[in-house]
Order: sequence, then structure tokens, then C-alpha cells
Amino acid sequence: MRGHEPRSSSSCAACKLLKRRCTPTCIFAPYFRSSDLITFAKVHKVFGASNVSKLLSEVPEEQRQETVNSLAYEAEVRLKDPVYGCIGAIASLQKKMLELQHDLAVARTRLLAHSGVNNHVSPLDDSPELTAFLDLVPYSDLMLLDGSSLDPYLYDLGQPPFV
Amino acid sequence: MNPTKRCAACKYLRRRCPKDCIFSPYFPPTDPDKFACVHRIYGAGNVSKMLQQIPVQARAEAVESLCFEAKCRVEDPVYGCVGIISLLQTQIQKTQSQIAQTQAEITIAQTQSSQFM
Repeated sequence: MRGHEPRSSSSCAACKLLKRRCTPTCIFAPYFRSSDLITFAKVHKVFGASNVSKLLSEVPEEQRQETVNSLAYEAEVRLKDPVYGCIGAIASLQKKMLELQHDLAVARTRLLAHSGVNNHVSPLDDSPELTAFLDLVPYSDLMLLDGSSLDPYLYDLGQPPFV
Repeated sequence: MNPTKRCAACKYLRRRCPKDCIFSPYFPPTDPDKFACVHRIYGAGNVSKMLQQIPVQARAEAVESLCFEAKCRVEDPVYGCVGIISLLQTQIQKTQSQIAQTQAEITIAQTQSSQFM
């Protein structure tokens, strides 16, 4: 009878928060262990448990952990910055990338000057994909994070498949 | 109530659109896909709660960023906009290496040219 069934001691974080029985086929259980209560709470607050469940059911099982990682990251950032969310981080990274591209162009021009005209290094070496991404978010200065606070917004590239 | 004056959110949710509808300034009926996308990822209830917690003057920006992230998530269900962040981080690291390499080459070129003087 509902409410009288003992909740499994191995309830996942989602079922604990949602106060329901965690079944062996629970879609959340592999990715939100009982110790991940805060992570699930953040994801639930931003996306809602049923939307997360739908998203997970739409991706292949082998990609669900990555999906949960990116959802958790987005939720965390959105709760820190309710107005801009991840867009703030993207805008700051775009600005940094533009500055670095400028620095690289300056450095290559100096190298050309030192090496002579026979050197085949071009001042700028844009990939079209990067150019497209740099135009993606028409950022305003309002979105930019303080220079020193960008680090917490950086996604952990040490996680697969980036390693 | 004239049904054609409903905002895109209330049209989608099949309800009347009150005068103080929290969605109507940001989801005009001329762009139904915008709300559909945001609703699919976040849900109307969550969007409403989020907007209520933001000052009115910042809500338009918040809606645009939510729409962007929702669109990214629809296009890439695994990484969403985090894919863009990862790409930018990787490119930043690559460009920093290229700058360091170029500066090293400048130093070598300067050393070589001073040796021949």
C-alpha cells in the first residue's frame, strides 16, 4: 500500500527526493546515487524530473552519464546566474578567444617580420567551425563574468570523452 | 476573451492568457516554436518560477538565454550548450599553445639574427 511500503535503503537520490519507491528499472538510479541528493535537487529545480527522465530515455544508454553530467553543470550554472546561465560563460570564453586570436595574429606578424617573407606562417589561421561558434552568442558586456570568476564555470575536460 | 490575443505560451498550454501573464511579454504568438522549445526542456512551471525570481528588467535576457540553451539541448541532447563551452575551452588551450610556440620561434629568430650581426 502506498506510503506503507518500506523505501529501499538503496533508493537513488531522485526517488529519495521525490519520495517514491526506487525500482530496479529506475532511469535515474545509475546516475544519481543516494549520495547525489544535492546534484539531483539542482537538476530537478531547473529542468524538472519528468523532463530529465524524457531526455535520458531519448539518448542511448552509453551516453546517459555524459547527459547527466552536462545537465548537472547547466543546472548549477543557471542557479548561480539565473539571468544568463551558461551563456555568461560562453560569452566570456568567446571574448577570451577573440583576445587570444588577436595576440596570435600579432605574434605571427612579428615572426614573419623576423623570419623574412619566405616563411609560410599566416597571421591568422581561423577554422570555419570556430568562426561560426564565435558568432553564436552576440554577447553584451552585461553577460561577461568577472575575469577572475571564470574558473568555476569551466567544464571539466578531464571527463571522457574529452580525455 | 479574444483567443487570438493569447501569448504563445497560453496558446500552447490551451488556457486563457491573463493580463498579467508572466510569459506574454516574451513569447509573442507570432513565434510558437520559441515557447515549445523552452517548454520541452524546462517545463512551463519551472520557467514561470525562474522568471518570478528575476527582476522584471532582466526577464527578457533570461528568456533569451533559456531559449538558446533549450535550442542547444534539442539539437544536442547529450551535451547541449556545454558542447560549445567545451569546444571554446579546447580552442583556447590550443591557441595559447600556438602563441607560446610562436613566441619561442620569435626568440629563436631574434637570437639567430643577433648572432649574424
